[in-house]
Amino acid sequence: MPRLNSPTELEKLREEIKARRPPRPCISISSGTCGRARGSEAVITAFEEEIKKRGLKEEIDIKVTGCLGFCEKEPIILVHPDEICYLNAKPEDAAEIIQGIKDKKVVSRLLYTDPVTGEKIEHESEIPFYKRQLRIVLSLNKWIDPRNIEDYIIQGGYSALSKALFEMSSEQVLEEVKEANLRGRGGGGFPAGRKWKETKNAPGEPKYVIVNCDEGDPGAYMDRSLMEGNPHSVLEGLIIGAYAIGAHEGFIYVRQEYPLACENLNWAIKQAEEYGFLGENILGSGFNFRVKVHRGAGAFVSGESSALMSAVEGKAGEPRFKYIHTAVSGVKGRPSNLNNVETWATVPLIINKGADWFRSIGTEGSKGTKIFSLVGKVNNTGLVEVPMGMTLRQVIYDIGGGILKGKKFKAVQTGGPSGGVIPEQYLDTPVDFDELTKLGSMMGSGGMVVMDEDTCMVDVARYFVNFLCEESCGKCIPCREGLRLLRVILNDVCQGKGKEGDIEVIEEVAEVMAAASLCALGTTAANPVLSTLRYFRDEYEAHIKEKRCPAKFCKDLTSFYIQPEKCQACLICLRNCPAGAINGDKGLVHWIAQEKCSKCGICFEVCPPRFSAVVKLSGEPIPEPPPPGTKVIRKKEG
Amino acid sequence: MTGVSGLVAKVVDSYQRDKDMLIQILLDLQSGFGWLPKQVLDEVSKHLGVPITRVYQIATFYKAFSLAPKGKHLIRVCMGTACQVRGSALIRDRMEQLLGIKVGEITSDMKFSLETVNCLGCCAMGPMAEIDGIAHGPLTISKVEEILKKYE
Amino acid sequence: MEEMIALEIDGKEVKAKEGMTILEAARGANIEIPTLCYHEKLKPYGACRICSVEAERGGRVRIVAACGYPVEGGLLVRTRSPKIDRIRKVIIELVAPLAMSDGGISGELRRLADEYGADIHRFESRLQVEPTRCILCGLCVRYCDEVMGGHAIGFMGRGIERRVVFFPERASRFCPTCHECYEVCPTGKIAAETDGSIFPKFSIDDFLSGKM
Repeated sequence: MPRLNSPTELEKLREEIKARRPPRPCISISSGTCGRARGSEAVITAFEEEIKKRGLKEEIDIKVTGCLGFCEKEPIILVHPDEICYLNAKPEDAAEIIQGIKDKKVVSRLLYTDPVTGEKIEHESEIPFYKRQLRIVLSLNKWIDPRNIEDYIIQGGYSALSKALFEMSSEQVLEEVKEANLRGRGGGGFPAGRKWKETKNAPGEPKYVIVNCDEGDPGAYMDRSLMEGNPHSVLEGLIIGAYAIGAHEGFIYVRQEYPLACENLNWAIKQAEEYGFLGENILGSGFNFRVKVHRGAGAFVSGESSALMSAVEGKAGEPRFKYIHTAVSGVKGRPSNLNNVETWATVPLIINKGADWFRSIGTEGSKGTKIFSLVGKVNNTGLVEVPMGMTLRQVIYDIGGGILKGKKFKAVQTGGPSGGVIPEQYLDTPVDFDELTKLGSMMGSGGMVVMDEDTCMVDVARYFVNFLCEESCGKCIPCREGLRLLRVILNDVCQGKGKEGDIEVIEEVAEVMAAASLCALGTTAANPVLSTLRYFRDEYEAHIKEKRCPAKFCKDLTSFYIQPEKCQACLICLRNCPAGAINGDKGLVHWIAQEKCSKCGICFEVCPPRFSAVVKLSGEPIPEPPPPGTKVIRKKEG
Repeated sequence: MTGVSGLVAKVVDSYQRDKDMLIQILLDLQSGFGWLPKQVLDEVSKHLGVPITRVYQIATFYKAFSLAPKGKHLIRVCMGTACQVRGSALIRDRMEQLLGIKVGEITSDMKFSLETVNCLGCCAMGPMAEIDGIAHGPLTISKVEEILKKYE
Repeated sequence: MEEMIALEIDGKEVKAKEGMTILEAARGANIEIPTLCYHEKLKPYGACRICSVEAERGGRVRIVAACGYPVEGGLLVRTRSPKIDRIRKVIIELVAPLAMSDGGISGELRRLADEYGADIHRFESRLQVEPTRCILCGLCVRYCDEVMGGHAIGFMGRGIERRVVFFPERASRFCPTCHECYEVCPTGKIAAETDGSIFPKFSIDDFLSGKM
């Protein structure tokens, strides 16, 4: 493939690809990391074999795409052009689906079923999960095979780069991004255009542009999906940014835990170089730009921008002073502009459609859309892209389909380990950088973890503190020692060893961490604790004063008990108990020997729902076991 | 040059002996050897021209590196928030119970290494664990034993 | 003629050169700001945070590390305040359990504990931490790297597993004629626990075998 040397050649290629691809049905199969985890590779093989068997290679195409966002329904099959959407596909479905395409019929059993009306929905865009989203950054994932640059090109890919290089000066490109008011999508929410300008104006050469794909917030995987599914969108944004800033070298830092993203990115870079979008004299514009991939090696803290730059220098990912911005002095002391994956992927859209268009979406302070990973105790888990300003309630209920198993909503956690929990009374808060910060949380990179009545808020704080304690680089005292102490205190509280005064110590240490830590990991480390204290102080007090866990989650404060009047002696819990702690027999009520119980929760999990004999007790005395030989009280079934 | 020395030199040279690529070099060596023996680290220091203190600092700072051999099957239990909320701590406890080891340890027959990882990025399938690179989820406490039995 | 920058520290007008830090400007004007991990011959590190001060500009107050914050014209710096004092007190209380030897602390840490009313035993029993007598200030590591070029000591591990570790192979070659790290160590650990060449209790093998 000879390198493209002008915008005209690019457009010619686009037309040529279109001509080469006759309109015919195309089956796209989602196969990102989550799709593969649910067996997509076997599904792909099944489809390939079925098509071969029927001699349909010239009639039906197969396209392997990245993640489509509706993760629990993966692998997802989309039949183009009608976008018939089949969920949870299995290898054995291949024959029926292909037959359906030939007969122009739909395979009803594989369609989305509305949980309330039972209605079947054929088209992807009408499925409630997708209907209310505004997928502009993620829009192309379903159309492209990330390992085929021509899929990206045929969708208009690299037209923004062409426009930037040939129709706009570097200043104009920068102004457009500044006007759009694009705020960083990695957590900081800092205006990207302002950072670009500072880097551009900083003295010194060379300048660097950097992609931060060290997505480490547990529960967040937006960047993985973008990098796996549409790496060219990130590359295109990066090259445009490099042009605007005057950088000729870039780094893409991908966390080691994302091997598929790394692979697909490397493919994309190779193909972009072949086609002339990277390297010397891009598209014949005279602009040169090269990019290097750096893999992370398992350190959450190296996602902090100054730590990332240390890692790019081959050093330990420890943060540094940022009183002098990295835009002025970053990698090897040179001006370096770092942005998140999603931020970069938004840039081509802004160049193509303009700042005005971008500003027409979102709120006053937060423009555009944001991708969230909606996870936890919610029915429809997955990646959702919504306009800023949509409320939390709309995201969780209209798109997310409400709480799993009909339980009661308790809180939604946003912003990862730097964020906080937002309780029910604030569900109508619009998703917006500043609104979420006002509530004691933050937008963060987009993790949105839904929690229900069974979630212990003290445990949530303990969980995040524990996470950060392991991930802290350990350089500065307030963070390292502050987290060490908070971890001990929270573990104690969850184990029933909390003391009067613990809450006050937590608050005192949190103040010092927030004020004096070296980097944002430390200064925000106490947010989960402070936030859960702000809205759920009663849970802390119950743990400390009453040795009770209101959510009945904390193992040391919770006991399992089989209600004799409900037990139907089915023997299931008895057989499954790994500790041999359950006594009983056929026809005889089962009971748990508390001293043997390991609190694993299996009995609670396996007791048939129609009996629901096992209950969790906390902060109350456990009734004595029933007298030996107590017979079961038979319930009439039905 | 011995085998190890030659292999290390080859990897270092593939990065043009660029000191900035120390972490990438160690990642390749970790992948090739399965762990980072002392000899490998000494050779890296020599061929790349960086102090041994720096090589060890990198090897001990980042979780991806192991300075001790790993078990035949590597289990990584995801402890990300979404998995946590869906009970990953119980899954981890169950693994520890069944294998007779704690997280970070290797079974005495060298068959299994148990680790936790802070988010594999499959949050909708939690609670999750990855065994030999293959993702398993959603897991329940009862399923754990069944899955472990499949690995010999 | 180098451009001088005028700022105010504790109400006193101070002139400083461009590129100086608040700490350097303060020391030039004989204003004391405590430090634990700072040394004039080394690049500022920012690990102890004891030098935290209030820096106000345009009505906005930030808490910054004086050893690293570059001077700005018109900056109003306060080296003491109720908040700063609280920060310093808690920092000492947090790090004291690590620094203990024979049930007490000495040197600069002791002086700071007294000045800020820190209870050095406050978190001891709760934390149950092994007193290593090392506060991980990094002065020894950085001095060996930046000034002596010995590269015989390094930081290993991360977070609360972070340790200062010696490498016997290099130490045996460089250390016998050096000993500079004895002077810079604020807790006196190195002088107390070494025989001058090989460092028995905190070598790389001890670290890797989990003894540290």
